[in-house]
Amino acid sequence: MFSRDNWKEIFETIQKNKLRTFLSGFTVALGILIFVVLFGFGNGLINTFDDFFSDDATNVFMVFTGRTTMPYKGYKANRTIEFDNSDIQDIEKNFPLFLEYISPRIIRQDTVAYKNESNSYSTWAVGPSHQFSQMTIMMKGRYLNVMDIENKTKNAVIGRLVEQDLFGAKNSIGKYIDVGGSSYKVIGVFQDDGGDREERNIFIPYTTQQLIEKNTDKVDAMVIGFKPSIGYAGAMAFEKSLDKFIREKKYINPQDQNGIFIRNVADQLKQNQQFARVLQIIVAFVAFGTIIAGIIGISNIMVFVVKERTKELGIRKALGATPKTVISTILLESVFITTISGFVGMLIGIAILGSMGEKLEDFFITNPYIDLPMAIFATIVLIIFGAIAGYVPARRAANIKPIVALRDE
Amino acid sequence: MIEIKELHKSYKMGANSLHVLKGLNFSIKEGELVAIMGSSGSGKSTLLNILGMLDEADTGDYTLDGVPIKNLNETKAAKYRNKFLGFIFQSFNLINYKSAMENVALPLYYQKVPRKQREEKALKYLTQVGLKEWAEHLPNELSGGQKQRVAIARAMAAEPKVLLADEPTGALDSKTSYEVMDLIQNINDQGNTILVVTHEEDIAQMCKRIVHLKDGVIVEDKKVEQVRAAQYVQ
Ligand SMILES: Nc1ncnc2c1ncn2[C@@H]1O[C@H](COP(=O)(O)OP(=O)(O)OP(=O)(O)O)[C@@H](O)[C@H]1O
Ligand SMILES: [Mg+2]
Repeated sequence: MFSRDNWKEIFETIQKNKLRTFLSGFTVALGILIFVVLFGFGNGLINTFDDFFSDDATNVFMVFTGRTTMPYKGYKANRTIEFDNSDIQDIEKNFPLFLEYISPRIIRQDTVAYKNESNSYSTWAVGPSHQFSQMTIMMKGRYLNVMDIENKTKNAVIGRLVEQDLFGAKNSIGKYIDVGGSSYKVIGVFQDDGGDREERNIFIPYTTQQLIEKNTDKVDAMVIGFKPSIGYAGAMAFEKSLDKFIREKKYINPQDQNGIFIRNVADQLKQNQQFARVLQIIVAFVAFGTIIAGIIGISNIMVFVVKERTKELGIRKALGATPKTVISTILLESVFITTISGFVGMLIGIAILGSMGEKLEDFFITNPYIDLPMAIFATIVLIIFGAIAGYVPARRAANIKPIVALRDE
Repeated sequence: MIEIKELHKSYKMGANSLHVLKGLNFSIKEGELVAIMGSSGSGKSTLLNILGMLDEADTGDYTLDGVPIKNLNETKAAKYRNKFLGFIFQSFNLINYKSAMENVALPLYYQKVPRKQREEKALKYLTQVGLKEWAEHLPNELSGGQKQRVAIARAMAAEPKVLLADEPTGALDSKTSYEVMDLIQNINDQGNTILVVTHEEDIAQMCKRIVHLKDGVIVEDKKVEQVRAAQYVQ
């Protein structure tokens, strides 16, 4: 059944029936291509998602301020809450059991220049411990330290891409850059798994920023790392008492939803992982749908192919083709075409995904990819189901009386 | 070689049933050249298709080369067709994407003859029908007469015991018809048994025996003095 002669006969038939070959090949290739691309995009979405949320430490609270919406203890509603350095110290003092570190955070958008290159970046005025909260990885030089904070130094730690933008291939360490009108010395370059966005940030000492901003002691937000050993329940308890502590200190109504906000990264991560899982299910569902559509497509084409060949099959049967030969000819032909075109479609799809990289980041798709075993699996599924779908019309054709088949015009 | 007894065949069309063959009996010996005649609708093609195992009779016996042909499944029927029978159709029934040679070689493919031998044999039979130079051409590059000659070469290639031709000259002009009949006579001279369905009296006269069908029964079965087609072909 699989002799070289049979294959030769099949090749000839394929070669001489280009339209038919093209139609079924195209359907399968397109089906697999769409599957691979869709699936890859799904993974790209999940990548973006991971970039957004899971590159930072999870034992972290972020505390932000807002405006009150309720009066409390003689204070009117609609009051803007602000943090200052004393809040940092108070929290440090009051929660030694829970607290691992605390850092203020003031984020500004500044124009940053080195020689002729300039660009707009986020400058983050923070403390040394901020490094832990974002799992910032130093590539060269050092991060901010306690001395930088105490002496209000004009030192800056820049992201990998900031260095790339401003310095090209040159080394930036020790060079002076202009950040929003003041000159800073680059003391370190970092990378971050959080993606490009985070590698375009610049860290400076928060005390320096406060000095520049008319020697204020205000901070925008606080980043609080808790001891991982306190566990999930401990974190919940810590969050609750931290909330209570700040509300008391700032005279915010305990019922007020708006005065301050605490974002619990661990809690959020849990939700995000759930969301990512749902996303993955949706993607799998859509991809599965594509494969089903591909199977339906190839079945239709098989029905059409067999119908178109009815008379030819009648002639072949009159000349001595057995039903088994007829079926195996049709199936081998279709399996051959679907295998070749399936893998071609798969490779094109993978190539498309590979060339995307970060071009689709605006659509929240980062580095779309598909695992090769998954792509191969889907291709094989389509081939197998294509063959099964082809078997039905092939068997019907094989069992038509030759005289009926011959009469077909 | 061929023996039929009380052969009946009807076509069912909805509630109606059309009785086409109403109990045919005859036997054909090896080496005969038989013309089957009769008006349109008399059941000639039906009979030939049954003899060719392309269709089945309702009742009656059919023996081919001593083998009773009854209740064959498609696989067996295909094997017998391949081994015993060659077909020549009015509409040629060549496979249009295969060259003349590939068409002729096809029955040999189903006999599992190796490719090289197949091609040699196909070329030999194409040469016999005078189409050696046309071996690489596709059917639609050939004239009607040439197509029929390819079909004849194909029917002969499998070296069947019996050749069944349903109006082999039906689509051809008289000159080409005689050329085809000349070929058929030559094949018959080599000892092959041949049945030719035809409408045309002159074609029938080129056979050795004429069986007349009318309304599903044999009304006449006579031997004739064979007219050689060669005298009309230069
Ligand atoms: N598949 C079929 N279904 C129904 N009726 C059929 C079928 N094939 C043939 N018939 C009928 O059976 C009768 C005999 O048909 P058949 O083809 O054997 O005639 P024929 O002698 O070959 O005629 P012609 O000389 O026109 O070819 C005709 O009346 C025809 O209409
Ligand atoms: Mg007829």
